Amino acid sequence: MIDILLYALVAGLLVATVCGPLGALVTWQRMAYYGDTLAHSALLGLALGLALQANLQYSVLVTCLLIAGLLFALQWWRNIALDSLLGILSHSSLALGLVCLSFIDNQRLDLNAFLFGDLLAIIREDLINLALICTLVLGLLWRYWPALVALCAHAELAEIEGLPVKRLKLLLMLMVAATVAVAMKIVGVLLITAMLIIPASAAARVARSPEQAALIAALVGALAVCGGLAGAWYWDTPAGPSIVLGAGCLFVLGQLAPGYRRSS
Amino acid sequence: MNDSPLLSLHNVSLKHQQQSLLNDISLSLNAKQIMTIIGPNGAGKSTLIKVALGLSKADSGSIYRRQGLRIGYMPQKLTLNPLMPLSVARFLAMAKPKRQQIDAALARTGISHLRHRPLHDISGGETQRVLLSRALLSRPDLLVLDEPAQGVDISGQTELYELINALRDELGCAVLMVSHDLHWVMAQTDTVICLNQHICCHGHPEQVSSDPEYLALFGRRHAEAVALYQHDHDHQHDIHGDVVCEHHHHD
Repeated sequence: MIDILLYALVAGLLVATVCGPLGALVTWQRMAYYGDTLAHSALLGLALGLALQANLQYSVLVTCLLIAGLLFALQWWRNIALDSLLGILSHSSLALGLVCLSFIDNQRLDLNAFLFGDLLAIIREDLINLALICTLVLGLLWRYWPALVALCAHAELAEIEGLPVKRLKLLLMLMVAATVAVAMKIVGVLLITAMLIIPASAAARVARSPEQAALIAALVGALAVCGGLAGAWYWDTPAGPSIVLGAGCLFVLGQLAPGYRRSS
Repeated sequence: MNDSPLLSLHNVSLKHQQQSLLNDISLSLNAKQIMTIIGPNGAGKSTLIKVALGLSKADSGSIYRRQGLRIGYMPQKLTLNPLMPLSVARFLAMAKPKRQQIDAALARTGISHLRHRPLHDISGGETQRVLLSRALLSRPDLLVLDEPAQGVDISGQTELYELINALRDELGCAVLMVSHDLHWVMAQTDTVICLNQHICCHGHPEQVSSDPEYLALFGRRHAEAVALYQHDHDHQHDIHGDVVCEHHHHD
C-alpha cells in the first residue's frame, strides 16, 4: 500500500520539478493555449495507441511531439496567427480523440483516468519512463536556460546577438510536448496546462530573477503535489484535481505576499 | 579597413497578403555614415529595418552585410511579459558581456542607479536608455535604432538624441535609424531616406527637404506653411501620406 503512495509522490514531484522552469518559460512566451492544444491532442495519441495496440505512453509521447513539430512548421512556413489556429486545433483534436476512443471497444480503458489523471495508479514501469523523460527535459532546460530566457525577454535582440532563435523555439515546443505527454498520467489531459501555468504565475509575483521564478514555481508545484496527494489519501478526493486545486490555493496565497515590483 | 559598404540592399521587395510592404528598395550604408529613414505611419520603416538586419525575410532582392559586422540594435520598444521578473542588469547580461561592460554601458547612458531595478518599474525614457545600453554592449560598427525617442517626453527626447550623437562620435560607428524628429534628421543626418513602401526620395537632408515628394509627405507637418506643391511624378500622397495612384502598383 505504501508503494502506491510512494510512487505517486515521486511521480508528482518529478513532474512538478520539470513544470517549474518549463512553466515559467511557457507563461513568459504566452504559450498556455499551445499547452492546451498539445494536451488535447494527447487523447488522440491515446486512441492511436489503442488502435495500433502499441505502448500507450510512447504513442502519446510520439503524437504530442509530432503535433508540436507540425505546429512549428505551420507557424513558420505560413506565418499564420497561431492563436486562432490553436483554438481550432485544440478542441477539434479533443473531440476527435473522444470520438475515436468511443469506436475502440476496450474495457481496460478508463477515460476519466486520462481526462483527470490517475496518479495513484502509477506503476513501476510508468515511473521509470517518467523519470527518463523528466531527466532529459531537465537536462535540456539546464543546458539552454540562459538562451531560452533571452528568447522570452526579447526574441529579436536575442537573434541579433547570435542566438538560434528558431531552433530554441522548436526546442521549447518539443519540451512542452514531452512534458505534457508524461504529465497526462498525473493530472490528466484537461488539467496539465494548469501545472505549467499556475505555479509559474504564483512564483512571478515574488521572484526577483528568472532563476528564482523557476525555482519557486517548482517548489509551489511540489507543495501542491504533496497537498493534493494528502487530500486524495485522507479524504479520497481525486488526486489530479486536488493537486491543481492545491496549486490554485498557493497562487491566491502568493498574491498576499509582498511583490517584487512596486507597481503592477 | 576596406571601402565596401557595411550594409546594402538591392531591389528588396516584401509583400504581406497581397499588400506591398516594401517595394524595390535599394540602399547602401558606409562606415560612420548616419542614415535616417523617415516616412508616414505604415510606410514600412520598421519592416525595412528588420529586413536589413535579417530578422525578416524579403520576398525578392538581395541583402549584403559585411562579414563580422557588429550590430547594436535598439528595437522600437520593449514588450516584456508582465510575469517575467527581470532586473536591468540581468536584461543587459543576456548579451553575455563582461561585468565591467555592463557598468560602462549603464554609466554612459546615465542610468547606473537603475542597475538593480525591475524592468517593469522604470519609465519609458529609462527603458529606452536600457535598450540603448544593451545595443552598446556589442561595441557595434553599426547602431540600428528604431524610433529611439518613442514614449519619451520632449526634453528627454532632446537629451536622448544628443546622447546618440555623442555615442556615434565615441564609437565611430555608422547609424541607421528610423526617426520622426525632423530637427535631428536635418541637423545630424548624412543621408535621409524618405520611405513610403518605396523610396520616394533620398539624399542629403537639404536636398531631400526640397524634393517634391518629401514636401508632399512632410510639408504640412512643418509649422511654416509650405505652399501646396503640385508635382509631376507618377503618384501623389494625400494628407495621410497614403499614395494616391494613377496606376495600381500597390495592390
